[in-house]
Amino acid sequence: MPQLAVTVLGHDRPGIIAAVTGALAGLGGNLEDSSMTRLRGHFAMTLIVAGSGTAAEVEAALAPAVPDLLVSVREVPEEGEPEAVGSPYLLTVHGADRPGIVSAVTSVLADAGGNVTDLTTRLAGRLYLLVVEVELPASCDVEALTGRLAATARDLGVEASLRPAEADVL
Amino acid sequence: MTGPLLAVDLPAGRVLPVVAAPDPVLSTPCVDVDPRDPSVAQLAADLLATQRVSPGCVGLAANQVGVGWRMFSVDVSAHPKARTHHGAYVLVNPQVQEASRNERGREGCMSVPDFTGDVKRATRLVVRGLEPVTGRELIVATDAFEARCLQHELDHLSGLLFLDRVAGAHAIYPRQTYQEGGPGSVG
Repeated sequence: MPQLAVTVLGHDRPGIIAAVTGALAGLGGNLEDSSMTRLRGHFAMTLIVAGSGTAAEVEAALAPAVPDLLVSVREVPEEGEPEAVGSPYLLTVHGADRPGIVSAVTSVLADAGGNVTDLTTRLAGRLYLLVVEVELPASCDVEALTGRLAATARDLGVEASLRPAEADVL
Repeated sequence: MTGPLLAVDLPAGRVLPVVAAPDPVLSTPCVDVDPRDPSVAQLAADLLATQRVSPGCVGLAANQVGVGWRMFSVDVSAHPKARTHHGAYVLVNPQVQEASRNERGREGCMSVPDFTGDVKRATRLVVRGLEPVTGRELIVATDAFEARCLQHELDHLSGLLFLDRVAGAHAIYPRQTYQEGGPGSVG
């Protein structure tokens, strides 16, 4: 059965999550996965929902629930849990803000076959901060990649540090 | 042992401005210095004076006041998370001798005033360094929050910030103001 990808975005205020998930629950929808956070004063929700009806029905139900927000609902095929393609690494990049940091750094990772599984950026004053969780394939030469990241960081005037992510299993 | 470590008289300390990232002095590895040099004793006093007037600050590395020398001040004695502590002191040319028992904890930094982050650090630590003025070797065997603080300051001397060690993409938190006694304020 197809799932729905629901995105909701708009000026942050109390009650957004309650209203959106209340409307979805009213349709019998189940939240399979979600990410909800505040981005520069906008509240952004991305949800994967199952069992709630068609995309048009869900969009029609959400529009009156949060009339002040941008709502988009699309059908997406069901995806299983992706298999890890390699070892988890963490990359931190920080320095003076300028356009192109994320694209330059993630291009280096992509060229090495790295798959980004999570990424956060933050800006405070002049300080731009990027933290990337990336899986590197077993074939990746991590030392060479570290060198390419350092060179890219130098060109951008920022600092980059790549390290294995600790995955303690207890 | 818990108690004062520093056994020398330092000159009167001056409060210096603390530099913030992305200042390049924070990303540049610092160099060893002569602990007997009078300017090192002066900077030791200045670090302690600056730290003392900075709310929540439990450690300050030389490059945080713009000087690329391998020395830092520490004083966790008033911090509620401290177990063992050695009062207020300065280590010159410090080195880690032993580190074990990693645990994750929240850290902040005077030079990164807008964020805190979760960082894994050793909770049992032995650090060797030199005393300003005398050049005598000091050995600090400690644990808990003082151990975290020492590793944070040692990272500064290597040109690293806690941001370079955060535990994941969601292990960074915004912080509006530098609050006194805030979550794990380090230096």
